[in-house]
Formats: sequence, C-alpha cells, structure tokens
Amino acid sequence: MSNYVEIEGLHKSFKVHGATLEVLKGVDLSIKKGEIFGVIGFSGAGKSTLARCINRLETPDSGKITVGDTDILSLSKKGLLQARKKIGVVFQTFNLFEAKTVYNNIAYPLKISKVKKDEIDKRVRETAELVGLTDKLNSYPGGLSGGQKQRVGIARALISDPDLLISDEATSALDPQTTLQILDLLKEINRKKGITIIMITHELDAIRYSCQRMAVLQDGLIIESGEVSEIFKNPHSHTGKLFAKVFFELQQPELRDGGGI
Amino acid sequence: MSLLNYSFWEVFLGSFSPEIWKDIFPSVADTLYMTLLASIIMLIGGIVLGIILTALNPDGLIPLKIPYTISGWFINVLRSLPEMIMIILMIPVARLIFGQSYGTNSCIIAISASCIPMYARIVESSLLEISKGKIDAAKSIGSTNFQIIFRVIIPETLPSLIRGFTTAVITVISMTALAGNFGAGGIGDIAVRYGYQRFQHDKLFACIYILIVIVMTVQGVGNLISKRLLKRRGLV
Repeated sequence: MSNYVEIEGLHKSFKVHGATLEVLKGVDLSIKKGEIFGVIGFSGAGKSTLARCINRLETPDSGKITVGDTDILSLSKKGLLQARKKIGVVFQTFNLFEAKTVYNNIAYPLKISKVKKDEIDKRVRETAELVGLTDKLNSYPGGLSGGQKQRVGIARALISDPDLLISDEATSALDPQTTLQILDLLKEINRKKGITIIMITHELDAIRYSCQRMAVLQDGLIIESGEVSEIFKNPHSHTGKLFAKVFFELQQPELRDGGGI
Repeated sequence: MSLLNYSFWEVFLGSFSPEIWKDIFPSVADTLYMTLLASIIMLIGGIVLGIILTALNPDGLIPLKIPYTISGWFINVLRSLPEMIMIILMIPVARLIFGQSYGTNSCIIAISASCIPMYARIVESSLLEISKGKIDAAKSIGSTNFQIIFRVIIPETLPSLIRGFTTAVITVISMTALAGNFGAGGIGDIAVRYGYQRFQHDKLFACIYILIVIVMTVQGVGNLISKRLLKRRGLV
C-alpha cells in the first residue's frame, strides 16, 4: 500500500492579541490508502488545526500536504474547490444546514456541482440507505437526534464520492452507544468504498475500536506514530504511556478494582 | 370636532363617523403605496449592501479592511441624517428624476435613501448570526463564496432577516407620516393638515387607528412567517 496522504513539516501559528501562538510545530504524517488512521491528542494539541489544514480551511505557514497526487498548498482557488469536493469532512458539531431538509442537506454538494436532478435523486437515496436514513429524508435536522444528525453529516460528506474522509471529533458530542454505531458506520464505509479515513479524536476507545494505525499529537508535534496495538502495548513517549494507562483503567475496571482487595 | 370644545369621549365617538373616513380613505392608499414601494426599494438595496458588508466584514468571507471601513463610514454618514433633512437633501434628486420636488414618488426617494443604510445594518447583523461551523461545512464541500452566501447564509438566517425586515417596514411607515409634511400625501398629511393645523382631532384619532392597524398587521405577518419557518425547521 502506498502513502495516500503525506504531510511534511507543517507549521501553523495564529496571532492572538498581538502574540504569536504556534499551534503546529512541524507535523509529519504518512497515511496509507484505504486505512483508518487515528490522530489523538489532548485539547489544545493542534488536532483541529491539523484537520483544517488538510483541506486548507486554514492555510499553513509552511510545509507540504499531498492528498493522492494533489499538492494541496499549491492549488489555485478553482483547483482548491475541486479538491475539497474529494475530501469529505465530518464535524463534531454536525454543522448541518437547518434550513434544508435531510434530503437537501445530503444533495447540497451535488447541487452546487450542477449534477442532473435524477442523478442527484438516485445518489441521495443510495447514500441515505448506506447511512440508514431512508425514512428521515423529508425531516429537518432540527428534529433529529445527535446520532441521526451525524449520519446526515456523514452522508453529506460521502455523496460526492470522496477519496478521503476527515472525521474531526465526529463522535465526541455523542453518547457511548451512538458513538459505537457511528464508528461502525465509518468502518463499514471504509470497508465498502475503500475510502481513507483520518479520525481525529481525543477518545482512546474510538481509535482502538476503529483504527489500524495512529499518531499521538502533543503540543503541535507528532510524538509517536505506528500500529495501534503496538502503541498501546509499548508506548514510548510520555503521552503514549499516559493514554495507555487511562485506557487500561477504562477497559478493565474489574482488574483495577478487584486486584488489591 | 376639536378637543378644545368637545369632550374626549365625544371626539372619540366622532372619529368613527363615516364622513371622516370618506376623507381619509384615499390617503390610506397613498400611505400604503409609499410604504410598499419604499419597502421594496429598501429590501433590494439593503440586502445588496448588507451582503457586501457581511462579506467584507473582518470575520467574513472576503475580509477586506479598507473597503469595509469605507462602506461602513458611508452608511454611518447616511444614517446620521434625520429623515427630515434627508427629504430636503433629496429634493434636487427627485426633481432630476420626476421633474418635481414634491409628491408621493419624490418622497419615496428620500425614504429609501434613509432606510437602505438602516436596513443594510440590520441585514448585516442577521447574516452574521450564522454559526462559523456551517460556513466551514459549506467551504469543505467546495462551495464558492457566492454559493455560500446565497445557498447557505441567506436561507439559514431567513427567519432573522424577516424579523429585521418587519422592523424596517415599520420605520418606513413612520417615515411616510413625516413625508406627508413635505407634500407626499398620505395619513401623515391628513394628521398634520386637519389634526394639527385645524384642530380636527377626530380626524387625527382616525389617522392613529389606521397607523396602529397597519403597524400591527405588518408586525403580525412578519412574526407569523418567521415563526412558521422556525417551526417547520424544528427549531422552536
């Protein structure tokens, strides 16, 4: 498998009240085609900024981002719009269009690409079936549960047949049961369509449950990356150890509670 | 009937007599005509200017500091002119367009000139209500700025835009009353000529009823539409 997403030496800083805050301090990442790659970090580590740089919602100060054969940072305005259509993004806060029905939310990416009406209809229904929303097409997002909203978000990201899906804390606003369903859905999409998924999260369970490889982001740097099982078994760095400990306690309460007594 | 030689109750009852309403009805048509036309012009001008302001805003889609500041100044200058002064200033413009400086159409120019900048500010604040996340989503999907404005921001903020428009139309109504003083006709004209200059307070009362009914109707319709939209979207 070849590398599909290649990020090299990514720097990004923001000006906050005159002071410069360096959020990404030279991030390197290689993500293979067709894998689910987890990026984990505490809040403030720069996860979201990293996600936003990949489709250039934020313009990095320096570095290189390649998705497939596309050099994202050297794209023209028009080229960027085209490239963005091939990178789906799923958000923590769903960010659905409340003025549009579920159907029109899912159809929106095709409508702005001037796809024919019956083609849109066909693909909306296919995608809705894939995410399990067939009976909600005429509802407005305002009347849906969190899990259903995220399904709409995923459908909207999938309809233009992207090659890459960025899940920016997609399950962080959901309860554990719904989180599992959404993760299952993402895994199913990855399996069925072969879409590469970058899963950005602070939830260990989400990574452990769905990812093959992962990276740990701390203070704007990747401090560790590799196979998920390896990192959990053999954490090298400070954060890795910390995460493994938290994970251990979360997963095996019977050991923790029963052992000493 | 004047309050000077009749009791309040007598004037109140007198204000419902058919003769009075016969004089007033044609002016109601004038007021409605001015309100309607000025509101349409205000709607178009205000939306266009409001969109430009929103796009140029430092947090907007095309943040350009200098054009934003200049258009902001321009709007503030226009907004700082009271309607009465605007009517006087617009006399030459009206003469240029209609060949006369008085009359209903001429005053519509002055009313629009006052209301467009005001409504533009209302539109701007409505459009800026949209959450940043929705814009991020629209951008991630590959929308152009034009598509973001017309397919996302405006539909999403429509209930707020309608409420703002309602408020602005009510301001237009009050301006038409003032314009009546400058030869525009309408309810304001009746109120000044009969109610103020001739002490016919029964006619003044009748004018008040009409204005109240018009304003309540406008506000009611605005509230109803905006609420319906929110309800349909499952947001209330």
